[in-house]
Amino acid sequence: MIRSTLLATAAALAIAATPALANNVFVSNERGNTVTVLDSTTWEVIAEFPAGNRPRGITIAPDGSELYVCASDDNLVRVFDPNTFEELHTLPSGPDPELFVLHPSGNPLYIANEDDNMVTVVDVKTRQVLAEIPVGIEPEGMAISPDARTVINTSETTNMAHFIDAESYEITHNVLVDQRPRYAEFTSDGTKLYVSAEIGGTVSVIDMTANEPPITRKITFEVPGIQPEWLQPVGVKVTADGSRVFVALGPSNRVAVIDGETDEVIKYLLVGQRVWQLGFTPDEKFLITTNGNSNDVSIIDVEREEVIKSVQVGQQPWGVVVAPD
Amino acid sequence: MVAENGFWSNLAGLRLRARAALLGAAFASLATLPAMAQEVRTAVIRVDYPSLLPLSRLDLPAEDRAFAGATLGTEDNATTGRFMGQTHETVTVATTPENALAEFERLAGDGYRLFVILAREAELLAMADAAPGDALLFNSRSGAGSLRSEDCRANLLHVAPSDAMRADAVTQFLVWKKWTDLFLVHGSNPEDVALADAYRASARKFGARIVGEREFTDTGGSRVSDSGHVLVQRQLPVFMQNTPRHDVVLAADATDYFAEYLPYNTWEAAPVAGSAGLVPVTWAPTHESWGATQLNTRFEKLANRPMRDEDYQTWLALRVIGEAVTRTGSADPAELRAYALGDAFTLAAFKGEPVTFRKWNGQMRQPILLTNGRMTVSVSPQDGFLHQRTLLDSLGLDQPESACTAFE
Repeated sequence: MIRSTLLATAAALAIAATPALANNVFVSNERGNTVTVLDSTTWEVIAEFPAGNRPRGITIAPDGSELYVCASDDNLVRVFDPNTFEELHTLPSGPDPELFVLHPSGNPLYIANEDDNMVTVVDVKTRQVLAEIPVGIEPEGMAISPDARTVINTSETTNMAHFIDAESYEITHNVLVDQRPRYAEFTSDGTKLYVSAEIGGTVSVIDMTANEPPITRKITFEVPGIQPEWLQPVGVKVTADGSRVFVALGPSNRVAVIDGETDEVIKYLLVGQRVWQLGFTPDEKFLITTNGNSNDVSIIDVEREEVIKSVQVGQQPWGVVVAPD
Repeated sequence: MVAENGFWSNLAGLRLRARAALLGAAFASLATLPAMAQEVRTAVIRVDYPSLLPLSRLDLPAEDRAFAGATLGTEDNATTGRFMGQTHETVTVATTPENALAEFERLAGDGYRLFVILAREAELLAMADAAPGDALLFNSRSGAGSLRSEDCRANLLHVAPSDAMRADAVTQFLVWKKWTDLFLVHGSNPEDVALADAYRASARKFGARIVGEREFTDTGGSRVSDSGHVLVQRQLPVFMQNTPRHDVVLAADATDYFAEYLPYNTWEAAPVAGSAGLVPVTWAPTHESWGATQLNTRFEKLANRPMRDEDYQTWLALRVIGEAVTRTGSADPAELRAYALGDAFTLAAFKGEPVTFRKWNGQMRQPILLTNGRMTVSVSPQDGFLHQRTLLDSLGLDQPESACTAFE
């Protein structure tokens, strides 16, 4: 009797709920040398597969056909089938690839070579290196403007965001930001660029509508009871409508929620330990955080701005990407 | 880099120019340069003291020790400087204790006002006291406690950690392990005695106990002899016999003549820490966290050898100068000093958190690595210790304990 009631309730719930599409969530595990795959509706781990040596940056083709992983210690990018998890082939990346960004069309791939002061541009179809662009010392963060004209690279020791012309591969502009810039993220309308500085403890907001884009604001962070030096911004994600900006704050184990209009911090969410990178589900209902020192990911309900779950993954999760619909 | 005293006959200087040319070409399309161009000239003076060979071949001093760190720091500064219209030129000079002051005065006469000094307390103080009024000096070697207290100087900032910071880094770790009963073995030279004092003070500070002490007398003699290990294996355990029960042997051997013999040659099965075993360092060629691998590989490409403490401390002093020049747009030592000591100053030093300066005595705050020579075992300060300002101030002389008044 009780059982049948429960079943009936479950059936009613299933009908009432919006038909959420399950997307595979891919998490690179830097120490585990694997990628963990989660289901974005159940948040269960459905697979873990080998991904080469020291997998860090991870991204997926816009059509979902190929999954790209920076295998940093193999000095190449490994390409996987996102459905079978089979390795398809590799791409040349230059030494020590750490983070990369795909052209909005899905080709080419712009790769930061952390150990070699270069950005390498690779054609993902022909698997040829198209260009090697000398940048500052320890390139890390990579972004491309929505109009695909400008590629951004941040260099961690030079403390700059380099603006690279996507066609000529020339550096056209440089912006001095704070210490150890880790990540760059455009708003979807391309009017603003956010650059996080891990050791400086700030996120610079750069006005992309100006001729030589300047910093218009620096977002700072403050959490009672946390030593300021542990508030280390790394990963940044902006909602498609630009209303919210999420910033992973490293060893403070917090993600900051920022009002995208005013660029003021609204609140801090407690997540796992040493949170570095972030990834939205395609519908932006959820944001996944990689927590390197607690070997888990936290799932944030974006609308409620609450952490709803944490899931154990492989060893030292680093990056995350979710398959498109 | 400018060659002096023939030390720069190697390729380091050439490499710097080659890389600079490459970067210059890459950034030639830079739209605007600041109207005011600065030329930042720094002199690195290394005083070489007469000394015997180190106990371990791995510690044989390189000809370009500290100077290779200066090259890398100058190179790092140059990349940012290129966008900012600032050029960085660094001269390196190796000298003797007798000639140190004369070399310093010669460089000051040549117009240098920014100095990175690798010297002991006496020579360092002589230079600081003889410096022109508008000069700024960085200490990249001496850990002497008095320099951070009663003998501090307003024109002298300390990038090298004090002996007390290193000792506290070790003691915090041992207390965290709950290995709190320590047996102290110290050398007989004045530097060894001073280091032993630092360990005693550290034990008191963090609630560890020195359960007993022994002096290992420096009787001279050569450091290496064929099959010397045979005698060491017989003699050291006897020296370490009849001690009170202890968890760890603390070695205070600032002059490097016995500590390396202690691990595995103790009477009791106790681990060794301090001058051997678990050693507090500012840098280790094995360190990998927080981007340290990149600094190590960049240094190794440049110098063809591993990066050591003196290289790192010199690199770091140059980076302090570079960062202050970048942010202030000035090469004036007084402005650079004010910025370095101010609230806005932070610098990434591959230690996982920004390094800053203590305003009351000019000591740089920095995490200390604890290495076993092969791996980073831990990094102090340790979790669980507390400080009202920053946990880094749990290492070394805190403001109330410092007798320094020159910074007021």
